Formats: sequence, structure tokens, C-alpha cells
Amino acid sequence: MILARVIGRVVSVRRSEGLDEATFQWIQPLDEAGEPAGRALVAADAVGAGIGDVVFFVDGREASMALPERFVPIDASIVGHVEEVGSPAPFPRHGPVAGA
Amino acid sequence: MLLGRVVGTVVSTQKDPSMTGLKLLVVQIHDHRAKALEAYAVAVDAVGAGLGEMVLFAAGSSARQTKATEGKPTDATIMAIVDSWDVGGEIVWNKEEE
Repeated sequence: MILARVIGRVVSVRRSEGLDEATFQWIQPLDEAGEPAGRALVAADAVGAGIGDVVFFVDGREASMALPERFVPIDASIVGHVEEVGSPAPFPRHGPVAGA
Repeated sequence: MLLGRVVGTVVSTQKDPSMTGLKLLVVQIHDHRAKALEAYAVAVDAVGAGLGEMVLFAAGSSARQTKATEGKPTDATIMAIVDSWDVGGEIVWNKEEE
């Protein structure tokens, strides 16, 4: 799993079968200090995250296992809210949307 | 998933037999600011996307998790057509405004 911040929302009406209930969010992966690391991507949201939240996501085929319908073409899913990260560097749980 | 615009179609008659009937599209990947990147993927279309549309595609073994692509040698599947998106509460891209 990888830490990320939710930075946006993607609206899509037409989806592949089994994805009717899914919500899609833009997430920005973070490093251990909470700084943006790498390119933003879109993930299915399995936990109801909001913009600005720090979350962790799973990528690859395992991502679909977090969703109600498991046989779906999803390669990244938000699977947890992060309350706190034990890190020597300050790590804000909420904050300005990185890259916004 | 990565987001991109459908910029082309791929025609191939000589290919793995299991891929017969699959529609292949060229997708130019865009970032969250709607900037076109110099990165392209050939993806199987599972939603009926057309030229010029913004789409999401799933990569890797997840791409095989549709009825159309199950058990087939594909690693990228278009699984949603994008209508709009926002970043930090501001609309970045909207189909209606194209």
C-alpha cells in the first residue's frame, strides 16, 4: 500500500460492467514526510474519502478486492483513511491539496 | 487508473487469435491538470469509447477483469468514459466545454 492525498474527483457516467457504484478520485502519492512523490493517478474509493484527506491505496489486481464487485477492471483503490503517521518529519493529516 | 484522451485506433488483422473482436485504441495520457503527456498506451475498449473522448484505463492484470478481456493477453483496458473532473474543488476539465 502507498500513502496518498485525495486531490480531486472524477465524474464518469459510462463505466464498465460492475462499476456502477464506484467513485473515482484523483490521488497524489506521498513520501514519508507527506510531500508529493510521483504523478497523480485515479483510484476507486472504497472508504468514502474526501478531498484533502490522507489515505492509503493498493494498486495492481488486489485493488478490485476492496470493492463490492471483485471482478472489475480496477488497478488502484483507496482502502484506508490515515489518522496518523509515525514519522520523524511533520505529516499533516489535512492540508492544502498538493499540486492544486 | 490513468486518464487519457483517445487519439487513434489500431487496426490489426494478424494478432493473437483470442484477441479477435477486441477494439484497440491509442490513448494519450493526461495529468490531473489536463496536460497532455508524451506517453501513450494501446488499450482494449470495454465501454464503447470514441475518438477524442477522455477515458480511464486500468493497467496490468486488472485489465483482464472484464467479460471481454478475461483470459486474454491484454494489460490495458478502458473501463470508464470521463465526463468531468475537479482538483481542489475547481473544475479542471468538462466534456460539455470542449
